[in-house]
Amino acid sequence: MLPQSLQADQFAGYPPQARKLAVANLPAFRQLPLSFLPALLREVIEYDFKFPAERAAIDKELANLSSLSSTQISDWFHAFSLLSLSSKLERLDWITRPAQFVEQESAYLWATHQLDAFSRAATDYGDRLQAAIPVEPLPVRRLGIAVIGQGVASYDEPLFRNLRAHGTYFGQVKPDNGLELLLAEVEARAKSHPVPYGHWYVDGGQAARQSPSLTNVCYQSLEPTRANLLKYMQTEIARPGMGPEELRTDLARLLPSDLGMDKAGDAVLDRFQVKLFTEGSGTQIFSTTFAQWTTREALRRAQPLTLLVRYAPRQRQKPMNELLSNTNTSPEVDLTGSLVDADMAAYYHWINQQRLQGAEQSSFLAWFEGHNQALVVSPSLPRGVQSDSAMDLKGLLALATS
Amino acid sequence: MALGASLMGATPFVHAATAARKRKVIVITFGGGARDQETFAPEGQINIPHMLGELIPQSSFFTQVTNQGILGHYVATASLATGVYETLNNFSAVPPEHPTVFEYFRKDLRRPVSDAWVVAPSNGFNRIGESECRSYGAGLGARVVLPKHLLGAATSGSNADYGHLLRDNYETPLYAPQIGGGEFELQQLETILKLSVGDFMSHARTLSSPDELSVYIAKRLMQQESPSLLWITMHDIDIAHSGAYSLYVDAIRRTDRLCAELWKAVQEEPEYAGNTTLLILPDFGRDADQDSGGNGFQHHRTGDPASRTTWMMALGAGVRPGVVYDSPVQSIDLVPSIGAIMGFSAAQAQGKPIKELL
Repeated sequence: MLPQSLQADQFAGYPPQARKLAVANLPAFRQLPLSFLPALLREVIEYDFKFPAERAAIDKELANLSSLSSTQISDWFHAFSLLSLSSKLERLDWITRPAQFVEQESAYLWATHQLDAFSRAATDYGDRLQAAIPVEPLPVRRLGIAVIGQGVASYDEPLFRNLRAHGTYFGQVKPDNGLELLLAEVEARAKSHPVPYGHWYVDGGQAARQSPSLTNVCYQSLEPTRANLLKYMQTEIARPGMGPEELRTDLARLLPSDLGMDKAGDAVLDRFQVKLFTEGSGTQIFSTTFAQWTTREALRRAQPLTLLVRYAPRQRQKPMNELLSNTNTSPEVDLTGSLVDADMAAYYHWINQQRLQGAEQSSFLAWFEGHNQALVVSPSLPRGVQSDSAMDLKGLLALATS
Repeated sequence: MALGASLMGATPFVHAATAARKRKVIVITFGGGARDQETFAPEGQINIPHMLGELIPQSSFFTQVTNQGILGHYVATASLATGVYETLNNFSAVPPEHPTVFEYFRKDLRRPVSDAWVVAPSNGFNRIGESECRSYGAGLGARVVLPKHLLGAATSGSNADYGHLLRDNYETPLYAPQIGGGEFELQQLETILKLSVGDFMSHARTLSSPDELSVYIAKRLMQQESPSLLWITMHDIDIAHSGAYSLYVDAIRRTDRLCAELWKAVQEEPEYAGNTTLLILPDFGRDADQDSGGNGFQHHRTGDPASRTTWMMALGAGVRPGVVYDSPVQSIDLVPSIGAIMGFSAAQAQGKPIKELL
């Protein structure tokens, strides 16, 4: 089936708000090429469980599409319409299973050497959309904080190598009470600029505390969910005929309740957390990967104004089947390896933050927990230099956001 | 007749023919996708001290090797081995569609099965040695040894001490295609590698990774079979899919050491010393840090330049040492180049011989 044949009743299986949105935009959907529309529907079908920033982005995109004339739509989607898809793809149920369609479409584009053309079309569309939709100013400059190296007594290699060119390296930081000072500042920002899902604290281990003013995601707190998922995966892997694509599809269908999460919880955040495990790679076994992926996804989806991420030691590498079986309740940890992981993750945190609105005004702080090394990226600070100023984390944060 | 034979024996043409017959090529695919920035770019050179200090001075180095095909490890390795961008399912144990370098080599040069071997990392690679092409295919390919499968068979499922060597398929760590039982492999161990199961297991206990096991087996093959065409697929680096950067970098450092170790073994083996060309190249790179479609080093999903562009090092017989070539080549040029070096025609390959290697 092709988009021009779409009917309103075909969205009956969508959650209420998503259905309403889809039906309202049916005339625009009918004009879009099949190589594009399912990717949009993949977002629309999740609308009821999306963060406010995501909903706003979808609303604006759909408003823009509906405002375009037929000629303009042909122009905007010309590159997509040149892509050739198979009749097998056309026969798929891309309306109610858009994510699965996109996965198969991707495989087809790779196999037919059309992936580069698709990527170019998608990038051009994204740029054009960004230029067309209005941008509202942020209530406060965005701030990212990465706390790395928990538990590491000493480390002789240079840290923040990738970030140094972009900020100022501080080698005389006073580490006392550092995490508490950072958390307090983050909470203060959340109280001054209350925005739903606007201020986050992610901990790759045991959270220092659960702050009601923040969106909290904690690896340790999610241990029952992770254990249930690993158990589910083990069962699925043992099923005859199970392959990686089938498993991925099965995992994508899992809901918070399937993994034992409380039905009375925050439906949006719970779905987000489940997806961290079911869509992430390595998040199920390594806490450093979990924290890094959570950071990436939180920035991409919720676009928080403040994001404090604290990395914890991950378990040491073992055979994959042993890691997945999750039988050892107190596994040996790899402190130095976790620091190296987190150092790179801090760099990715900054990169992902810089993809968001207000990048030129945003600030970033990375700190080696318990030690005197930190790095600050801020529009007010020079890049690629070292400072010997002695100050605590509160002072450093004030400098970052000044 | 006796005089004729004597004269013929003295002629340089016969010597050349003997030399061609003795010419050996070893290909190492460098570990499951590595980026320039963790290898030969200035910031990555700390991870490859052996290649940089020991191998590069002896090498012709190609800085722009691109892979325009599907960036999955099995399909990309199959493409490297056929000289055609294959489109097979990366997660299925199926043969390549087009003839492999092993089939060209054996059919054109009439070489026995013992002269072409593949040492491959995981069960998914067990069909890499032979295509489904009718005019080549059955009986003309390479023998494939899967060291991990061998070890699994040797330990008969009780792998408590060997788990670290049996890691499989990081791209989808939850799945590895099953292949037949272990009888054939165990037979290989004893009859071909001249290695008792006990000695094999005992040595395996001293190793720390699957690629170390692969290199151990490759060296054993060189000693016992002396294949003229040996293909070793490393895979440890693909641990990057777990998202742990430290493990990814550790694996690069290990692979660097193993490449130097293998080159040293070449110099020490009389059958190989002086007549072997070693080609080392990653099957592809990994996603760039800056590409929003990916997650940096973790995967190779975007098809961006960082994931498609990599390098190749050639050293040994017939290679100009200490030369760097920036001219672009494609990964599918590998098979026609090996054909030109060894004297066979890669008739269906879509790449072309790299003139700097000829």
